[in-house]
Parts: sequence; C-alpha cells; structure tokens
Amino acid sequence: MNLPSKLVEAAVEQFASLPGIGKRTALRLVLHLLKQSKENVNAFSTTFIEMRNNIKYCKSCYNISDNDICEICSDHKRDHSIICVVEDVRDVMAIENTMQYRGVYHVLGGIISPMNGIGPNELNIESLITKAASGKVNEMIFALSATMEGDTTNFYIFKRIKDYNIKTSVIARGVAVGDDLEYTDEITLGRSILNRVPYENSFVR
Amino acid sequence: MYLKSLSLYNFKNFEEANIALAPGIVCFTGLNGEGKTNLLDAIHYLSFCKSFLVSSDVLNIRFNESYFAVQGTFIAHDKEDVIYCAVKYGERKVFKKNQKEYSKLADHIGNYPLVIISPLDSNLITDGSDERRRFLDSIISQYNREYLEKLIQYNKVLAQRNALLKQFAENGNFNYSVLEIWDVQLGPLGDYIFNERKDFLEKFIPVFYRYFDIISNKKEEVKIHYISQLNQELKMEDLLSSAINKDRSAQYTSVGIHKDDLDFLIKNFALKKHASQGQQKSFLIALKLAQFEFLKQKKGEAPLLLLDDIFDKLDDTRIARLIDLVSKENFGQVFITDTQKERIEHILHTAHSEALIYSISGGKILKE
Ligand SMILES: [Zn+2]
Repeated sequence: MNLPSKLVEAAVEQFASLPGIGKRTALRLVLHLLKQSKENVNAFSTTFIEMRNNIKYCKSCYNISDNDICEICSDHKRDHSIICVVEDVRDVMAIENTMQYRGVYHVLGGIISPMNGIGPNELNIESLITKAASGKVNEMIFALSATMEGDTTNFYIFKRIKDYNIKTSVIARGVAVGDDLEYTDEITLGRSILNRVPYENSFVR
Repeated sequence: MYLKSLSLYNFKNFEEANIALAPGIVCFTGLNGEGKTNLLDAIHYLSFCKSFLVSSDVLNIRFNESYFAVQGTFIAHDKEDVIYCAVKYGERKVFKKNQKEYSKLADHIGNYPLVIISPLDSNLITDGSDERRRFLDSIISQYNREYLEKLIQYNKVLAQRNALLKQFAENGNFNYSVLEIWDVQLGPLGDYIFNERKDFLEKFIPVFYRYFDIISNKKEEVKIHYISQLNQELKMEDLLSSAINKDRSAQYTSVGIHKDDLDFLIKNFALKKHASQGQQKSFLIALKLAQFEFLKQKKGEAPLLLLDDIFDKLDDTRIARLIDLVSKENFGQVFITDTQKERIEHILHTAHSEALIYSISGGKILKE
C-alpha cells in the first residue's frame, strides 16, 4: 500500500497490528479519525493510555479491576468459600452474565501447554494452592476449556489440593463440548453451573 | 457396491471423458504417461475425497484450466448415488452426494470403501516404521472411531510431553510432578492402542498368510511380527517411569506405542534385504488383499479394488493366480491398469474371466 504520508502510514500500521484488522480496514479507520476534531481524537487515544496505565489486576483473583481488590472479591454478599477457576477474564464475564453464580473466581491466566511455553509456574496456580491451604475454601469449580490441556490443568490443580478436603467439581460439559466458555450461550452456561459434576467422575482416572 | 459410470472434466490430462462401467473386472490399458493411473486416481477421489498420488488438489487441474470435476455414479444397496467432486483455484473443494454438499468430508469417507494396490506400497517395506504404523492405524480407524480419537489424543499428549522435556533441558531443571500429569494420560491411551493393535493383528495376520500362500503357491515362508515395547505385563506408565532418565537426556519420549513396528520376514530374515522384488511385491499384494478382506468383513460389502501397474516385476504364474483370485465373485468390482493390452487379455482369457477393457491414449478413452 502506497501512502502519501509517513504519519498516516504509521497509524495504519498500528491499527493493522490489532487482531482481525487488515491493512484495508486499518486505512479506513485512520481516514475516519482524520475527519474528526483534534479534541475527539485526543480523547480517543487518551482513553487507551489511561486504561493501559491504570488498570489493575485483582490481588486476590487476578480479574481486571480498577482497585487492588475487584468488585466481586470485595462483595461481602458473595460466598467466598466457593471458588470458580477460570482461564481468563472473558470467562468471568461470561459466567457473571448468567447471574447463576454467587461465589468468587480465580483467574489462572491460561492453561498448561508446554508447546506454548506455559507451565504451572507461568499461571496463577501457587496463589490458588495457598487459598486452598488456608482452610477457608469449601468448594472449587473448574471451568476450564474442555480440551486435553484444560483437563491436564484441572488434574494438576486437583493433585495439588487433594489433601485439603475441598469439594471439587467441573462444569458439566455435556452441552458445550469443544466450545470455549466464552461462546457458550448464557442459559446453557447457567444450567451447567447449577449441574456441576464432582471432579472424580469427570476425569479419565 | 460398484461404480456404474465415471465422468471427468479437466482432470489431469483428460479434458472431458465419460465412461460406462460394470461390476466385475475393468481394465485400463495404455502406455505409461497416457493417463490410465489418473483414472484410478479419479475413482480414489470419489471414495477418499483426495488423490493417492499428489498432496495438493489443484495439481490435478488440467494445464491452463481453472478447475476440475470428477463425478461417479455408485450402485449401493440397490440405490443410485451420484458423487461429485470439484476443485477450483482459490476456492474450497466442493464435494456432493446426490446434489447435496457435505458439511464435513469425514462424513463421506468410508461410505464407499476402496483399497488400492500400487507401486507406492513399496514404502511399507523400504521406509521407516511410521509407514507401517500408518497402515495399521488407517485400517483400524476405518471400523473403530474410538481408536482414531484415542490415537489423536495420544499424539497431542505426546507432543506436549516432548515439548516439556525440551524445556526442562533448556532451563536445566526438572520437576517430576509436572511431567507426571502427562504420563498419567499417556498411560491408559497407550495401553488401549496397544491392545487394539494386538487384537487386530491376531485376526489380520492369518488372513495375510492365506493370501500370500495363494499368490506364491505356498513356495515361500513369510512372517509378520508385531513389535512393541509394551506387552501384557509391561504397561505404558511403567515404561515411561523406567525410561525417565533416558527421556530427559534425549529430550523426547523414547518409549511408547509411537515406537511400534511390524517386522516383515522371509525365511526368518528381513524381507527388505533378503527377498527378491517379485517376493516383495507378492508380500505387499497379500497385505493389501488382507486389508480388503478385513474391510469387507467389517463393512459387510466388498470395497472397490484398484490394482495399479502391479504386473511389473511379477512372474506370469503369480499374475495368473492373482487374476484368478480377484475374478471370483466375492471380490466385487476390480480395476486393473496394465501397459500391455495383449498380456492382460491373455491372462483374463486363461482365467476364463469376463472383463471390460478400455484403452487409454492421449487423454482419450476407447472401449475395446
Ligand atoms: Zn477479585
């Protein structure tokens, strides 16, 4: 693509670096911004800078948050003895949308996959084990993706917490095999949280 | 089940061709390079949705054209099914049954079973053990879905375990509790695959011996042994834990069913080194005929049998025995290619076999 301005070209490059955006779309967005007032574009870009610089990850559950402790973790009406273990923040949003869950979360930040360079140390697993050891947790619900890597991660955590006498379950996968939580519709997801099955029954061993 | 007609458009060296077929033996004769094997490949497309010769679909499009299409009419269970396959540059492959497009090609594969015997089979003898495992796996997967799923699962877990061993070596650390989560999954998968392979071969190998005896007139003694590090006492998980130091230094998983092999022997020596080309060819044909017989039993009907250029390197008495065998009723529809029209006519005459013979020349198909 031949562009008349290095400034425009740099802006196009930035948009095109976003997932799902090609060069052509990037140019359309840049030309759109050029038509806006300077104030509008300043506000637009400041929003991202503010967001990136000031966002926090909840010190307890690793959900994204504006404060040190997220709204879910600081809500005293929620049951802090039940922890739902998820892969990333999109899963928290998907489950929250069902309005069927009143416990808290723990965001791992991924699942174990040596091929992608992700081992237990790259994930928020140790802090989960610490919570399990504290004696304040009665139940853990595993809501990781129904893949071999998801199962492996479930199994690893299960092995680490098995001496703490915690009830464990996985979200019933009968309805959503192969789908990520994010894509499962809310009714299905809500139902599977209510019908979670004890962990031992769900794993091959 | 048989193929009643075949039509080609811009497929390899054929611009347009329509041929009527019949149950029983069908021969395509012609010099090398005239396109007789391409006809077999077109039939292969109708059964497996792909070529047996080239890996990329567009390579089958006739020079300077933009697409090819292959259509065949099968008669199966007294019903006519029209199967259509088209490949166009830059577009998705279209595959239809009775005008209706398949959503997944996997839904088609296996419905019109086919076994092909071709010069490419020699890879089974000359190449590494993965060729022989693929041969095993492809037969078992055709009648056992669970096997295929567990095999895929095994390979995924294995790849993760190998990546982990590599990381341990690169970072100079080792943590058994992290390795163990892969081992406990490989264990039951490996044991299952071993047992299925063993059960299959116990039934398959005797069928192979029977066919080899027919072709060679019981003159030679051959053997197939299943080679595996696993056995009834030694389970996959035990193997993994006993090999742990070796795996750590090798940086990959050195034990398991991914190391299985088949030993091919003639008079207790390696077939690859001690058998003549004719003996090797007889061995491969018997292997494929055993595959045919096995699929026929599992599917309840005879697959199509394609014999590509198999008379080369085979002496006349073996050829005669083979034709005599496949012209019997229970072999269904058999397609044969040969460079020498007189030879195949003579053999068929001697075996008292009726056959449909087409001669192929310069992209044209003529009925004899
Ligand atoms: Zn939180």
